[in-house]
Formats: sequence, structure tokens, C-alpha cells
Amino acid sequence: MASASTAVLKTEARLLTREPGVLFWLVAFPTLLMVILGLIPGFRDADPDLGGRRVIDLYVPVAALLALIMAGLQAMPPILIGYRERGILRRMSTTPVRPTTLLTSQIVLLGGGALASAALVIAVGRIAFGVALPGQLLGYLLALALATVGALAMGGLVCAISPTQRAGQAIGSALFFPSMFTAGVWLPVQTMPDLLRDIVSYSPMGAASEALDAAMRGGWPHWADLGVMALWALLLTAGAARWFRWE
Amino acid sequence: MAIIEVNGLRKAYGGKPAVDGVGFTVEEGEIFGILGPNGAGKTTTVECVEGLRVPDAGTVRVAGLDPVADHRQVTQLLGAQLQESELQPKLTVREALELYSAFYAKPADWRPLAARLGLDAKLSTRFAKLSGGQKQRLFIALALIGGPRVVVLDELTTGLDPRARRDTWSLIEEIRDSGVTVLLVTHFMEEAQRLCDRIAVIDRGKVAALDTPSGLIARSTASTVISFAPSRALPDEDVSALPGMASVETQGDRIVINGTDDTVNAVITLLARHRVTAHQLRVTEATLDDAFLDLTENGPGVSSAPTTTATTERV
Repeated sequence: MASASTAVLKTEARLLTREPGVLFWLVAFPTLLMVILGLIPGFRDADPDLGGRRVIDLYVPVAALLALIMAGLQAMPPILIGYRERGILRRMSTTPVRPTTLLTSQIVLLGGGALASAALVIAVGRIAFGVALPGQLLGYLLALALATVGALAMGGLVCAISPTQRAGQAIGSALFFPSMFTAGVWLPVQTMPDLLRDIVSYSPMGAASEALDAAMRGGWPHWADLGVMALWALLLTAGAARWFRWE
Repeated sequence: MAIIEVNGLRKAYGGKPAVDGVGFTVEEGEIFGILGPNGAGKTTTVECVEGLRVPDAGTVRVAGLDPVADHRQVTQLLGAQLQESELQPKLTVREALELYSAFYAKPADWRPLAARLGLDAKLSTRFAKLSGGQKQRLFIALALIGGPRVVVLDELTTGLDPRARRDTWSLIEEIRDSGVTVLLVTHFMEEAQRLCDRIAVIDRGKVAALDTPSGLIARSTASTVISFAPSRALPDEDVSALPGMASVETQGDRIVINGTDDTVNAVITLLARHRVTAHQLRVTEATLDDAFLDLTENGPGVSSAPTTTATTERV
């Protein structure tokens, strides 16, 4: 069945290249947003309030998280709910290949796309604005991996509990904006007032933001933040698996 | 040899039985029809055969295998076309054929298959751009691509125009002639009468009758319809004493008698005896329609709803 899984993955990858909208928001938009912010002159100046760092330095991890949120909450629900609604999963159930293969392929592709987009953000940040590469690379990658699982599992949960594609879009958007806020898109988590920052750090994206920021600065992320992320990833995955309906 | 065996099949949704004790066997090499009004349990029955649903009670065997427990083996020898299922909208015909070929241990070569189904000019067309008939032909191709011994076709021709429907019928006959058993779900009488070797009429979750199309028609209480406009009125007592007569009614100046071959002869004798001329005499064979309505409306406690549905569906 290895060849069948490969065939499904290849086909889904080809189909993804036919979705310019998805590709724009997933791969281009996070980098674009960071570039626009980087073009604001004041954001490139060292800020004593930020311990001598620049606003753009804080926005690189934020834009990387934005790519993950796009993959999980914007790209995944319409695709997977559409596959269920159109009976594509059911049709596949009558073949020797299980429909899980189709879901797995999409998760792999969207996760891969999100990580590629995050890599693009980091590369462009380094080249265009001289943003330092993560000081603690292993910690950064671990935090990014946990955040990816969390974001995709959140999308999976949306797919699981949404009866229709329309409902999926509504629920996805309802989670999309809070996720962006907690990731620090409007206000980087590190610049939030203390109480807000504490609350936000219990959300999956807020914890991710703190962990990525710590690793950027060269330290190992706090275990508390990594723990919060791991717990969310576990709960969201379990919920998605528990409530997912095949038809 | 029976390739599909269904015994005492029951399946309820939310306590409401959809299929309630259905049983039949499909012999290898035949076109077996499942006919019935909407909501009769046809699709649920074949979904149990395909292993998409787990029966509440009863057994289903495909070539001796359990479609649920032995799902993977059954999928290698049973091809399915589902009612209301689609493919990824931007997947092309060629990609769909190649993808589904990769699913099977011994796939058929998809190129001749596509040619046989008239899809060779559409290989680069995306699924969403295909016409209804082309989509259905693609689904037939995908059902056949694994080289199955049996295919299940569920409401294949619903929504097709008459020409596309007739083309599809020839395809189904070709499939049978190539040695593949066909389990055909339909609510089109004409389709069932033309294609099926045997038909199970399913009504309200039960098999109401199982026979060949001509057997079902012969079983119908009124297999022959005699109608004419008499030059003079015939005595009522003579008309009601006609042998084999099932019903008589007057439509304007015409008399319509439902009966058998015996009734036809008796009517002619009666006319001669009373020296009555029959204008516009018509003797017509009852169709599967009549047999179907007979079988599905005579049960106890029936509302008029199933009959109305069946009638309006004969497009």
C-alpha cells in the first residue's frame, strides 16, 4: 500500500498547486506582512523599551506562527470538510485504500507548507532586515513543531465539529482571529501588559510565541510554555479524532 | 454460483428501521436489479453489501467474504459507484484514473477502459467541468478499474438526459457481457425492465417480490389492458362476469378493462354476441410500472405517498 499512499500524496500535492488562493495566504502572506511591517522606519530602530531589540525582531516569530494558523484554520477546514461533504471520503472507503490516507496526506502537505512558509519568513527577515537567526535552534524547532501540531489539530477539530463547509468557515474564522491575537499579530505578546501576557501565554499560540521568542534570544524555551503547547496539541488532536465523522 | 448473499438484513437509523429483513442472492454473471420507491431501503441495502454500513442483524457475503470484517479483500473484487459522490473538483480524468489504479493489486489498464467509456477526449478535463453523463461514465470506469468480479451501481442514470441514459444502459450490458456481475439500484422501471435478469422489489425495508421482469409483470393482477369505445352500452352483468377480469372503469365513452389473455377473448366474444362494434380497440401489455405499483401499494396500512412518489419519478 506504500505506492497507493504515495499516489494519494502526489495527487493532493498537485491539487494544492491548483489553489492559488490557499498558496498565497499560506506561503506568501506571512512573509509579505512581515516585509510591510519591516518597511515602517520606526520598526527597524532599536527600542529601549524592548531591551534594545527592534519591533521587526519580535515580528519574525509572529509571522512564522501566522503561517501555521493559516494552514490549520484557513486552509484545512474547507478542504477536508469539502472532501467529506462531496462524498470523496466515502468513495475512497469502497477501495482498498482507507480514507485516512487522504486526510494524512492533506495534514502532511499543509504542515509542510506551513513550515516552509515559516522558513521563508526567517530567511527573508535575515536577508532583508538583518533579523538574527534563532539563537537556540533546537529549542526553536521543538517549539515550532509543537505549534504546528497544535495549529493543525485545531483545524482538525474544526473539521470534526462542523457539519457543513459553511459552518467550518464560520467556526474557523471565530478561532482564526483569537489565534492571530494570541500569536501577537496586532501586539507582540512580549509587549503586552503583564496580566494580558500571562493569560495569553496559556493559549496554544501565546505559549508558542513565548517559546519562540525565548529561543530566538538564544535561551531554551520555558518548560511551562512547551508544556502548555504539548497539552493543547494532545487535547486538540484527541478531540479531532474523537469527533471526526466520515460522512 | 451466488456471488452476493444477503440474509435477514436489518439496519435501523435512530430506532427507525430502514431495512427490515431483506434477503436475496445474486448469481455470478447476472444483472440483478434492486427496485423500489425512494426511502424504501435500497441504498442502505447496497451500502451493507459494500461494507460502508454495519448491519444491525443478518448476514451479507460477497464471494463468501464479510464486507465489514474482510473489507480490504472485498474492495479488491467489488467495484462501487455511489449515489451522490464526487471527486476532487480540480482533479482531471486522467489523474483520477491513475490515482484509483494505484489503489488495487491488479488494476485494469485504464487507457482502453477510458476509450471504451468514451472518456479518451476528456482525459485532461477537470472533474468539475464534466457533464453529468461524463461524470457517471468516469464513475463506471473507477468502479471497474480494480478488475472487480461484481460492480454495484446506485442510481447511476438519475439526472441524465434520455440519450445519456440509453448510452449508459448499453455500457451496463457490455459490463455484464465482459463477465462482471452487476448489482443495479434504480427507480426507473424502464431501466430495470430492459437491463435486469432478475429484480428484487424493495418496499418499506422489505423484499416485496423477487422475480424476472416478465415474471413480475405476469404476477401483476392485471397484466393486460383492454380499452375501447363501444357503439352501444354493454350489459353491466355481462362485463362484470368476464373471466380473469381484475377491474373495469369507464373513461368518458371508453371502457377500460384490466385482465388477462382470457379476458381479451371473452371481450371479443361478448362484443360479437351483442353485435356491438368496438371503436379504437386497444389491447396493451401491462408494464413493469403497473406491476411495481401493484406490489408496492397493496400492503396493509399504506398511505398514498409511496405510489405518488413512484409515479412522479417516472420521468
